[in-house]
Amino acid sequence: MQRNPQLNERGELQHLLSIEGLPAAVLLQILDTARSFMSVSEREIKKVPLLRGKSVFNLFFEPSTRTRTTFEIAAKRLSADVLNLNIATSSQTKGESLIDTVANLAAMHADMFVVRHASSGAPYLIARHLSPEIHVVNAGDGRHAHPTQALLDVFTIRHYKGEFTGLKVAIVGDVLHSRVARSEIHALTTLGVPEVRVVGPRTLIPTQVEKLGVKVFHDMASGLRDVDVIMMLRLQNERMNGALLPSAQEYFKAYGLTEERLAVAAKDAIVMHPGPMNRGVEIDSAVADGTQSVILPQVTFGIAVRMAVMAILAGNG
Amino acid sequence: MNLRIANGLLVDPVAGTERKADLFVAGETIASVGAAPAGFTAERTIDANGLVVCPGLVDLSARLREPGFEYRATLESEMAAAVAGGITRLACPPDTEPPLDEPGLVEMLKRRAASLRLARVHPIGALTQGLRGERLTEMAELTEAGCVAFSQDDRPFADLTILWRALQYATTYGFPVWLRPEDPGLARGGVAHDGEVATRLGLAGIPALAETISLAAILLLVRETGARVHLSRLSTADGVEMVRKARAEGMAVTCDVSAHHIHLSEMDIGYFDAHCRLSPPLRSLRDREALVRGLVDGTIDAICSDHTPVDEDGKELPFGEAEPGATGLELLLPLALKWGAEAKMPLAQVLARVTSQPARVLEVPEPTLGPGAAADLCLFDRDAWWRVEPASLKSQGKNTPFTGYELQGRVHTTLVGGRIVFEA
Repeated sequence: MQRNPQLNERGELQHLLSIEGLPAAVLLQILDTARSFMSVSEREIKKVPLLRGKSVFNLFFEPSTRTRTTFEIAAKRLSADVLNLNIATSSQTKGESLIDTVANLAAMHADMFVVRHASSGAPYLIARHLSPEIHVVNAGDGRHAHPTQALLDVFTIRHYKGEFTGLKVAIVGDVLHSRVARSEIHALTTLGVPEVRVVGPRTLIPTQVEKLGVKVFHDMASGLRDVDVIMMLRLQNERMNGALLPSAQEYFKAYGLTEERLAVAAKDAIVMHPGPMNRGVEIDSAVADGTQSVILPQVTFGIAVRMAVMAILAGNG
Repeated sequence: MNLRIANGLLVDPVAGTERKADLFVAGETIASVGAAPAGFTAERTIDANGLVVCPGLVDLSARLREPGFEYRATLESEMAAAVAGGITRLACPPDTEPPLDEPGLVEMLKRRAASLRLARVHPIGALTQGLRGERLTEMAELTEAGCVAFSQDDRPFADLTILWRALQYATTYGFPVWLRPEDPGLARGGVAHDGEVATRLGLAGIPALAETISLAAILLLVRETGARVHLSRLSTADGVEMVRKARAEGMAVTCDVSAHHIHLSEMDIGYFDAHCRLSPPLRSLRDREALVRGLVDGTIDAICSDHTPVDEDGKELPFGEAEPGATGLELLLPLALKWGAEAKMPLAQVLARVTSQPARVLEVPEPTLGPGAAADLCLFDRDAWWRVEPASLKSQGKNTPFTGYELQGRVHTTLVGGRIVFEA
């Protein structure tokens, strides 16, 4: 098998494409760096000069407001120049190939590409075609990975729980189509969480997912029992009525996170969601806005984590 | 031309023999083995010392991309690749543009191929018009034009009634039907085997059930109609087991496997290597082992190249968007030898899987080294290692998961009908 394409020959982060295959030390370095950036956002002058003179291109082949915005804020707080490109609506529709689009942008002296694409693996292809001084950050590819989301999730867990060892974590919902779930699973197992569970109906749990090191549950009562962290997944609208699920209502009845369901988890369990939430589909408003919810802090931490990733990549030459 | 092939190791897959001897070719056929026929004077002698001499390879699935896809490959480039791979006879699927559903197209392809005077080409006709899976083609006319069998290639049938009627109709005339078992609904949208790797990489899966459910339907229809069916490119362990049972019950189905699937599995996709995007998909290690065993015990009759040239534009894409397929003509022999070495099979039996057994499926005369047989020959150095590189391939298709592999077995000379068509 080829060398892990996201590490350079010194074992440092060259690109952030996936959590899988990254050593715990690299993840912890990102989390530690992110913690040191937390204060930047609280200052009056919310900027550090680490990426001054560098150009970050946000390359979004799939629409996204939230993730693109947080990457943009993170890059700007590092003093980078940021260019947002929504490729879904420009050259791709004119028949230009992905490789040509990227080659053209690289010729404009980009230092970093933040890429979101609907096809799993697209950032790998892009990284392979760039010269080594240009870095790629995967901002979500198909069903494959969303590494910065997983990093901000484990940052959040560390913030509230301190240690990873000894935790029970449940990931609930549409695991089959979720790049967030895949990255979360790798981040949690790499950082030493002893029990990672996935909970959902059989139609939304991928084949042989237990090979990723998780326990599979099909009902909430046993899946959430005694867990310290509940990570909810978004259920996409197009999955709600069809061969995978009969309706959003029936899904909520069985898998929606309500206060009653939350009660079987550990007393101090935290509730997370990558957003945007479908209230009343995967999560009840009472829980989303309740005392155990850390959904808004996740968003705040996301900026520090993305700053850390970009700063580390730029520092690795 | 009178030719003496001197001191080669003659391996006859039909007789199952190996012996070092001279072989004499007179005109288009083999004249004698061992001693020269009376009054024979060789116009040329090929020193085959250290080489294996065997019948030319027979490939049951080679896409030549003509007509319609000449930007990907031409008949010239692919026929040259075939003989460079020791292949003297090949069957080409009907998935050209337009598909091989009219006698004129088949005649033109036959004529173009014949004019190149390289390998012998056997077109597989489209089973349905435009391969749309709705209306039957004029199979009798197509057979007259040169089609040796009929296939739907990888395209779906509108429903099972069409497949049933197609089998009934073909059987009326005794025409063979080649089918690749895959249920279109279960395979829809999938790009990789539905297993551990697809789950890890977030790729949409094609379950093994897509093959076995379709295979069950085909086997039931074969029992009903008595059709002569050849199953193309099995990929699953359960599929092999179903064929094994069907044959034990006396059903006359034959089947093949691609050279890729006996060496690679889903694991080889690695970090989204689009060269491993194949159809059927590379499956689990367990499936691969079952394919290898099926080939050893004779459940699987033949290894084919499943040659599919795809240009860079078709492969330099995210895995799921890349076109499926890999180049194979020049890799068929070394990959068969690699399988044989790993399975510890005698050379004659290894070569049978790429010569006499596929010839039996094609219903052409059995390729032997006996006097009177057509002088379709392959001379190769079984010990020579070579490195697979795009530049080392004659095919216009450079797309292969084996790039960078060191493979053993290099073709030295290829003869078709007594003519030297390739020399390294």
